Amino acid sequence: MTQAAHDQTGFRPYAPGTQPPNDSPEYGSTRLRHPTAPLVPLPHTATELGGPRFLPDAFPPMADLSRVGGREALGERIIVAGRVLDEDGRPVPHSMIEIWQANAAGRYAHASDMHDAPLDPNFEGLGRVFTDAEGAYRFTTIKPGAYPWRNHANAWRPNHIHLSLFGPGYATRLITQMYFPGDPLLALDPIFHTVADEAARNRLVAVFDLGLTQPEWALGYRFDITLRGRGATPFEDEGDAH
Amino acid sequence: MPAATSSQTIGPFWHGLAHPEWADLTRHGAEQDHPDRERITFAGTITDGAGQAVTDACVELWQADPPQSPRFPAFGRCATDAEGRFRFTTLRPGPVPAGTENNTMPAGGETNAVQAPHLAITIFARGLLRALTTRAYFDGDPLNAADSLLQSIPDPVCRATLIAPQEGSGAWRLDIRLQGEGETAFLDV
Repeated sequence: MTQAAHDQTGFRPYAPGTQPPNDSPEYGSTRLRHPTAPLVPLPHTATELGGPRFLPDAFPPMADLSRVGGREALGERIIVAGRVLDEDGRPVPHSMIEIWQANAAGRYAHASDMHDAPLDPNFEGLGRVFTDAEGAYRFTTIKPGAYPWRNHANAWRPNHIHLSLFGPGYATRLITQMYFPGDPLLALDPIFHTVADEAARNRLVAVFDLGLTQPEWALGYRFDITLRGRGATPFEDEGDAH
Repeated sequence: MPAATSSQTIGPFWHGLAHPEWADLTRHGAEQDHPDRERITFAGTITDGAGQAVTDACVELWQADPPQSPRFPAFGRCATDAEGRFRFTTLRPGPVPAGTENNTMPAGGETNAVQAPHLAITIFARGLLRALTTRAYFDGDPLNAADSLLQSIPDPVCRATLIAPQEGSGAWRLDIRLQGEGETAFLDV
């Protein structure tokens, strides 16, 4: 198979500057963990084009992180919703999203998290949702707190929610973090700033959405996610011309 | 449309992804769907540029063969332990089509048209802003000599980092070095 044929059928290369380099010295943990040799090019094959399928029957959705056993967690209840599309604007349907985060006090319900902040027995910070036929997803949670880390003097991570997506293929796998608008820590966060492209970086910040906000219940944040598209844009009838 | 969303690190506390049972891809009775396949273990250690164990990594395994079925997820996930070790139980893969056009094996046994049996490995960890991906091939498989990825790596030492030696009956092992001497060949997927 020729390279050109691969380019037509594989997933698109990442746009320059939109993905953080693993050699990012300002984030100290990268120092001994980033490979030094260039990555080996791999034209996409059946291995990269296929990927695992998860069905809600076997992986029951957990779309409400804000309560455990019917008891409400402490903190500011929020709704997070958005769509998962590919780079051509096509919905990524019926795809699993895994979610995890710190509690309102900035502490993870994880045995290794030693931050001196209280655990909340009614908050585990674990979720799982599936996109619908249009690529839309939605979950309810508690706004996570900021927490300190030891990357540099007086370092604090901005509020963030971790999201893990699979998409249609092994090569579309994505783990990212959703940040919150107006967070003063964003300007100081080396992890956020490892994304060189400003527009791409800012797309990691959710948008406050009054339309998504539920009166007298929870603020709404919109977070749309884009997964890689196919290498060439097929000229097919999308059926949505206006 | 915007470009693909940027990756960010999994961080040290990824309890939302922790499903220890997923390390056993045969847990649903995979042999019932694929009775001709050998059950194997695939294990290894992840170390960093100082030779220290990476104890907070999330290792994922994906294989295009045998195909995913109700009893065989074809996908696994394993946390490294306090010694940086991971261990999967799965079914030994067969050859995988080399092309992208379809998922069927070519007739006539053209060896250039298949890839040698392999497992796709993805590593997420604190300090990795993007996943690292590599592959594990099986030492001694005659198809390795014609595999397009293996043959694209001219340095035999580097190529060898993708080939898992056999440790015993049905037991395969591949140690992964993130950086420095013996650094694993990672793939630009």
